[in-house]
This record gives sequence, C-alpha cells and structure tokens, in this order.
Amino acid sequence: MTEILMITGMAAVTFAIRYILLASAGHFSFPGWAKAGLNFVPPAVLTAIIFPAILIPNNNGIEFNIENPALLAAIVAVITGLVRKDLLTTIIVGMFAFGLFKWLL
Amino acid sequence: MTNLHDPGTCSSPEILANTGTSQSCPNRLKEVFAGSRATIPMIVGAIPFGIIFGTLAEQSGLSPLGAIAMSVFVFAGSSQFIALGLLSAGTGPLIIIATTFIVNLRHLLYSAAIVDDVKHLPGFWRALIAFGLTDESFAILADKIRKSDENWRLGSLQWFYLGSFLAMYCNWILCTVIGITLGELFPQMNSWGLDFAMSATFIGMVLPYLTTRPMLACVLVAGAMSLGTADLPHQLGLMVSAISAIAVGLSFHLACRRKEKTAVPEGMSTEDIKTNEENK
Repeated sequence: MTEILMITGMAAVTFAIRYILLASAGHFSFPGWAKAGLNFVPPAVLTAIIFPAILIPNNNGIEFNIENPALLAAIVAVITGLVRKDLLTTIIVGMFAFGLFKWLL
Repeated sequence: MTNLHDPGTCSSPEILANTGTSQSCPNRLKEVFAGSRATIPMIVGAIPFGIIFGTLAEQSGLSPLGAIAMSVFVFAGSSQFIALGLLSAGTGPLIIIATTFIVNLRHLLYSAAIVDDVKHLPGFWRALIAFGLTDESFAILADKIRKSDENWRLGSLQWFYLGSFLAMYCNWILCTVIGITLGELFPQMNSWGLDFAMSATFIGMVLPYLTTRPMLACVLVAGAMSLGTADLPHQLGLMVSAISAIAVGLSFHLACRRKEKTAVPEGMSTEDIKTNEENK
C-alpha cells in the first residue's frame, strides 16, 4: 500500500515537472535567475547523496580513514572521471576499485 | 526562436498534408527508426543502470512488482536510484516523493529548451514527449533539432522522438526485469560492490559540472551540509543540504554576474564568463 502511494506520487511529480511548460505551450517562461538556479539542482542533490553514502557507510559516524573502501574507491573514481571524462569508464573503474579495496582491507 | 508558423493552423496532419509538410506512413516509420538508431549510444549507457536498479530493488525493500511499476510509471533513472537509497534507510513515502520532486526539477530546464519546437503539436504528443523526457532522450532530441530544418521540425519531430522514446523506455523496463531476475538468482551480488555503483555513477555525473566557481561552492556546501545533517530524522538532511547548496551556488552566480556588469572581472575564469553569458 505504501509502495503504491510512493510510486504514484513519484510518477505524478515527475510527469508534472516534465509537462507543465509543454502544456502551457510557451505561454509561460522562467525568469533568468530561476533558470540559472535550476542548473545547480543536479550537482547539489547528487553530492548530498554521495557524501554520506561514502563517508558514513555504516550509519555510525564519519569514517574518514584509509580503512574505508568506499572512500578510497571514490577517490579513484574522481581521478578517473577527471582524466577520462567518460561516465561509463568512471563507473566501471570505480566499482572495480571498490571490489579490490574491499577484498584487500 | 522566431515562430515561422501559426500553431493554430499547422497542428493537424490533414492541414499539414495541404501545406506539403506531412509525412507518409513509410516516412514516419523511417523517422521512428532514425530516432531509435540515434539513441543507441544512450541505450548502451543505460543498460548497466537499469540492471543495477533491478538488482538493488529487493534488498532495498522494494518488491519486484514495485520495481517494475517504478520503471514503467516514473521512468526517471536517478530518482529511482535515490528512492532505493531512501527506502533502505527506512524513509517514508512522502519524503521520497518530495525528494523525487527536487531531484527531477532539472527536467524543467529540458522542457524549457524544447517548448518552442513542440508547441505546434497536439496535446497528446506534448504529453507523450513530456513523459519520456529523460536526460538521454532530451540530449538526442535537442541535438537533432539543432541539425534540422523547419520542415523536419513541423512534420517529423514527433515521429523521431517516438522512436527515441520507445527505444529508451523498452530498454529501461527490460533491464529492470533482467536486474530483478539476477538479484533473485544471485542474492550475494550485494557483496560484489554493486552498492557502490550508485556512488560511482553520481560522481561521474557531478564532475562535468565543476567548471565554474559558483558550481564548486554549491557542491562543497552540499557535501559539508549532508554530513552535518546526516542525523536529521526522516532523511530530511538530503533536502536541507540540496536546497542550501542551490541557494549558495545561485547567490554566488548572481553576485559574479552583477560584478561583471559593473567592471571587468578580475581573476574570473573564462568558463565563469562563458556560463554567465549563456545564462543571460
């Protein structure tokens, strides 16, 4: 039941966001500052998800040390992404690094 | 963009036929295939995500049917991943819906970018285009619009998009099902580091944004705030951090722009200036 509510709600807000401007067919547009603000949405949200996932892996305080395989793998992923600038390569190398560090530590 | 046509007179196929911009059936089919073909690179990229989503679903507390329903009705990869993360942390549906709203707000940018190119289409088509407006299909459509002429835009755009959308959509659902199956066959897949796949994916998605100082500030605030607010109830930390980071990034951005208007900016990178000009 909660699942149905959750999925219906997610579907409704996602479609509403994608449809509202197309429905108005150009009669409504955003002021410049709002468009500029939207540019910041994806990196802000994604970063707010990544940091706790990597640095608080066990829900037990921040683990900023070399015994945290997620932190080490994240560093590898960042370097890979900066050098190769390719999403799929970043993901594959990052996952491989995580598996390796987890096995080593 | 100038409006070279009257949306009132060019919206129905019969009238388009009179003006000579209509498409015969084989041509429509050709456009549908062209749209699907143009989307192949994006599909290849989406395959691992769809499979990983399906694999992670059950252990996050989402039923197999729920996972398929999410891919069918929500059809928004990153917010589906985030929903899994929140579910496994025991978050309630209302917070998950609110977070989905924040995460998918970026799609407003996409619809704003294409609204002038699709406003001649009837309501059904605009609704379909909206439903399928993922990062991938938007990228393909925007690229094609840039390379095409007015005739194509008026007569073929929707068929091309249909092909692109159907290819992405069917692939996403299929990969979700494959992932669910794999997750059930190999429950120990969890320990293979698949849970890190989401972090790696998001890292790869954030990095290309880090070209301006306001963007860097935004990301640093988001990271610091998310660690500081991790103990807030109901996973509210994510929303609080994201909204603070957007506010800081936007304020910084607007301050840079104001400074640039009054004087030649000192120490600003060329990217800063370029982005500011693009946003004017």
